[in-house]
Amino acid sequence: MEMIDVENAEGIEVLETQMEKAQSSAPTEIEMSSRELSVWFGKRKVLEGVNIDFPKKSVTALIGPSGCGKSTFIRTLNRLHELIPGAALAGSVLYEGRDIYDRDVDPVQIRLKIGMVFQKPNPFPSMTIRGNVLSGLKLSGMKRSNHDDIVEETLTAAGLWTEVKDRLGAAAGELSGGQAQRLVIARALAVQPHVLLMDEPCSALDPASTLKIEETIRELSKDVTIIIVTHNMQQAVRVSDYTAFFLAAENEPGHVVEQGLTTEIFGNPQDQRTLDYVNGRFG
Amino acid sequence: MSTTQTEFRDLKSAATSHRGDRVFNRTITALAFTALLVLAGIAVFLGLQTIPAFESQGISFLTTTAWDINTDPPTAGIWGMLYGSVLLAVIGLVIAVPASILLSVFMVFLAPKKLAAVLTNLIDLMAAIPSVILGLWAFYILNPTADEWQRLLNQYLGWIPIFENSSGNFLGTPFIAGFVLAIMMIPIVTSVSREVMARTPPDLINASEALGSSLWTMLRYVALPYGRGGIVGGVMLGLGRALGETIAVFFVLKIVFDVNWYNIIESGGGSVATLIVSRFGEVSGEFELSLLLAAGFFLFVLTLVVNVIANLIVARTGRLQK
Repeated sequence: MEMIDVENAEGIEVLETQMEKAQSSAPTEIEMSSRELSVWFGKRKVLEGVNIDFPKKSVTALIGPSGCGKSTFIRTLNRLHELIPGAALAGSVLYEGRDIYDRDVDPVQIRLKIGMVFQKPNPFPSMTIRGNVLSGLKLSGMKRSNHDDIVEETLTAAGLWTEVKDRLGAAAGELSGGQAQRLVIARALAVQPHVLLMDEPCSALDPASTLKIEETIRELSKDVTIIIVTHNMQQAVRVSDYTAFFLAAENEPGHVVEQGLTTEIFGNPQDQRTLDYVNGRFG
Repeated sequence: MSTTQTEFRDLKSAATSHRGDRVFNRTITALAFTALLVLAGIAVFLGLQTIPAFESQGISFLTTTAWDINTDPPTAGIWGMLYGSVLLAVIGLVIAVPASILLSVFMVFLAPKKLAAVLTNLIDLMAAIPSVILGLWAFYILNPTADEWQRLLNQYLGWIPIFENSSGNFLGTPFIAGFVLAIMMIPIVTSVSREVMARTPPDLINASEALGSSLWTMLRYVALPYGRGGIVGGVMLGLGRALGETIAVFFVLKIVFDVNWYNIIESGGGSVATLIVSRFGEVSGEFELSLLLAAGFFLFVLTLVVNVIANLIVARTGRLQK
């Protein structure tokens, strides 16, 4: 643990509670996993043989330098990758005991169960705040009653309710970047996903908003499985239970170098490259 | 020692203190006003021409439908023509807008890139077809073909008032004229809405897909609301063309001095522009000429009014989705 450049005592505290949590927990149940997953864009192979298990109701951080395929990987987990022209894939992604790429699986159903929050806050500008929260229901044709309750619950879960409860009819474009990102989280929650994918959700935000989102993530992980891509080592330590380290050599596809408990990856990495990366020596 | 200035400074004059900017600003402003002047000039010229028409016909020039110049006193009224212009434009819109939007959706979201590029060029080419050619095509080819369609419409949907036909004559109908207008509007509306839809931010499309949208729901709740302003702009351009279109309509529409309220597949109708072109060649004298110019003035006014109303409708429906 001495190896980590943790700036404040709070970070260490977080790490310790996570260690306790990890030690005390019984064998974990797996929510979803990737098996020998390789990914191509046209002829270029960007990922090779990725095997990761994502334990239920935990936070898994995907770390690694830019261009190592983390974002691509996360997009294969809810079948968004295939929407890019020229995208191809080998291997499988297992969720609820079956391969989500099976021929008879409806990608729309997968995307509803496995929600996603993107790097740049992207609320729908033509909708109100309330309209944004409920937009997933409209877009997917999902029927849920008590819309008022959904709006309050999800905005509360995303830590935005008190800030917007008096102006739900306002345009979503009026929100600040951090608020917009929390609105987007609420929007993703409204369709009741089991898994929430987050692709660098804080990279466009200021430190205060980042902390709010991190609090939200920790709160949410009591109910949902969260998979988060991050470039911020401190953030990975603060929010995640597990970490997978991706790396790509020049002109080679990315792969997972090391994975395991966040405390292990940061405190006692087995691979020299992991050690160098988590200590900020490259990337 | 100088004292610090604390009162408000005039920043506006400071901003234009660069000489080159000043000259450029004034030139551009002058040119912009030229456009307004031309518009005002047309309005005034045509407006003056309406005086003899009103002196002889009074308000009935606008409220009745007749064109008997050689009787004493002569009677002339363009209500049927004004109404006809709007009716034809509406028929054109009803056909052209859905077709154009579907076409641009196909080109932006479905078609392979190469096909989309070819289609884009073809559709731009369509806009370049002179209306006289379209008119000839409509006269020789569309007319007899549409005769069949209209008979079918009448046979199966004749219980809907707009598809009634009591004369059994299906040539020279508002439907055919509106169809020709639609063909002229499609390239305009399509190229604008394709451009706008292609600019839907990928972020929003991603967000929509991640929320389990289908292509249809993504279009309905994300892409179309996003591009709405632009699409409406394109429709306005098309509408402008439809209201003023003369020669293509002249070839296919049987002009009658009567109001065809809604029987769109009944032979006979009218529009202000075709009235002018049909009478202009054989105009009987100064008086009839001034009547035609007056009709032109009201076509001008009608176009403005329709645009204003359309803008109001747009502003009203522009609310946020709840």
